[in-house]
Amino acid sequence: MLRFILTRVSLVIPTFLGVTFLTFLLIRLVPGDPIEVRVGERGIPPERLLELRHELGLDRPLWHQFLDYIGGVLQGDLGVSLVTRNSVFSEFVTLFPATLELAALAMLFATVVGLPAGIIAAVRRGSIFDHGVMGISLTGYSMPIFWWGLLLILFFSVGLGWTPVSGRLDLLYYVEPVTGFMLIDTLMAGEYGAFWSALHHLILPMIVLGTVPLAVVARMTRSAMLEVLGEDYIRTAKAKGLAGKRVIGLHALRNALIPVVTVIGLQVGTLLGGAILTETIFSWPGVGKWLIESINRRDYPALQGGVLLIATTVMTVNLLVDVLYGVLNPRIRHSR
Amino acid sequence: MTNPTTTGVPETLPAASPPVSQPPHPLVEFWYHFRQNKGAMAGLAVILLIAVVALFADVVAPHDPNIQYRDAILVPPVWQEGGRWAFLLGTDDIGRDMLSRLIFGARLSMMIGLIVVTLSLAVGLALGMIAGFFGGVTDALVMRFMDILLSLPSLLLAVVVAAILGPGLVNAMLAVSIVVIPHYARLTRAAVMAETNKDYVVASRVAGAGPLRLMLVVILPNCVAPLIVQATLGFSTAILDAAALGFLGLGAQPPTPEWGTMLASSLQFLQRAPWVVTWPGVAILVTVLAFNLLGDGLRDALDPKLKR
Repeated sequence: MLRFILTRVSLVIPTFLGVTFLTFLLIRLVPGDPIEVRVGERGIPPERLLELRHELGLDRPLWHQFLDYIGGVLQGDLGVSLVTRNSVFSEFVTLFPATLELAALAMLFATVVGLPAGIIAAVRRGSIFDHGVMGISLTGYSMPIFWWGLLLILFFSVGLGWTPVSGRLDLLYYVEPVTGFMLIDTLMAGEYGAFWSALHHLILPMIVLGTVPLAVVARMTRSAMLEVLGEDYIRTAKAKGLAGKRVIGLHALRNALIPVVTVIGLQVGTLLGGAILTETIFSWPGVGKWLIESINRRDYPALQGGVLLIATTVMTVNLLVDVLYGVLNPRIRHSR
Repeated sequence: MTNPTTTGVPETLPAASPPVSQPPHPLVEFWYHFRQNKGAMAGLAVILLIAVVALFADVVAPHDPNIQYRDAILVPPVWQEGGRWAFLLGTDDIGRDMLSRLIFGARLSMMIGLIVVTLSLAVGLALGMIAGFFGGVTDALVMRFMDILLSLPSLLLAVVVAAILGPGLVNAMLAVSIVVIPHYARLTRAAVMAETNKDYVVASRVAGAGPLRLMLVVILPNCVAPLIVQATLGFSTAILDAAALGFLGLGAQPPTPEWGTMLASSLQFLQRAPWVVTWPGVAILVTVLAFNLLGDGLRDALDPKLKR
């Protein structure tokens, strides 16, 4: 078991180094010298430029710079934002809970709706419900989510006035961030009004970000269930006279869940990518919106650090899913 | 069966032996399966329609997409109050005809899809073939590099590449192409590895075929099916991601009538004139959905084993 986990981890290390190298190159691929980019239009006297280059280590050979960079990364030093002068790492850490809260709820929404829909579609294969679910999920899968968000705002926020248009919390409230998760922080502070406000703010972004994963989960659940329902042991269970619900819920679902769980794990990338669009539309103060703003402000250290941290998050989650999969399914553990 | 040609027997006699039943041509068989899938047929029809409209945009579009009619600013679609027959789907905030812009946008989107799929397929195919055929260190190097690309969320990677290259339609297409290369590379590699040790490949190798011939002439034709499916689905990814980049201001720049860009530039009229935001989104959704339907249908028809 330990050996399996170690193998998996060791496979991720080269990928991590590669991503680090890519983000290291990023700031050097951007047109213009990093320092000239930093000082902007005002210009800089040549001797000061040389001085700064030396201070930042830019006059050293590239491999040396890369080692310096890696050394910094491993200590959590990702440079300083050009705009705010704050450490990129601390900015990311402050904003990340907002993204995480949104992504977690989106995934919850996708699973809570997608899983039952997929199961029922499989059980009633060929029915109107099945066709409906498959049609809707293919539409969801094809949805340009930035437009979908605008439609929902137009209908629910502007038209019906049910939900707020943007942000995380009503201006009426202020809650001291403890965990960074608004739902938890408001409850901990005992501000139930603020909790409701936070929940209201979450609904539309959650639906928008959850739409594509919902489609994926529903489709995957349906096809996994269909496969399992054709197996001999299901026929045996039915022949034994077990109730239909028990066969589906216990015998079939448990086996169908393995690929579904994997797919849910793999959606992390989709969620963090989609967060860029969702957060931009809803002015959600998370890392996605922050990245786009960094690009628009030419804040390349922030972009560089943000990309590296998001990639690390995705890799870590994929690794966890991989390991979990091995724990759940011994055949995988031993085959490699 | 040989006919005894005895003189007494009339020529017309027997067609007694029934014609040997040949298996249908693969294309016929494919079409037979494909035709049964109503969704895929609908997708194909929509794509053909969009392709024709895109091709003949100059003829089909009622107006020049960039002409600004000063007397027709934010005219609603024709069936709403205040709508005009001259502008079937209404006009935008500077008086340009929505329908004409959508039609020219279709041309752009089809072009984006075509270029992105061609580029990424070519590079991904080459990398995948090399990795799968040679194996060993080459394989490890190529595939680890693909893993690196895959570890970034695709939209994030596209955003980063577009940020490095600078905004613009061409750079957006490049960005999206780079992002999807790993999918083709992995698919090709898997298919090539499955074929490489089969007898017919070994036979050609023994017969003296060189690596290029083996790769391109012997193995490649047998790996095409999954690639066709992936390429079709690649159109929808390309159109969707390019539109997202346009929406974020990193893709095509105004006044280019790219659908995502159109959406972004009319955002502030969302409440006053919902149609300026509605139509480009509908266009993206319908096109992407059509390609996804077609891709699903192709997968089922090309690989009946996967049909569920």
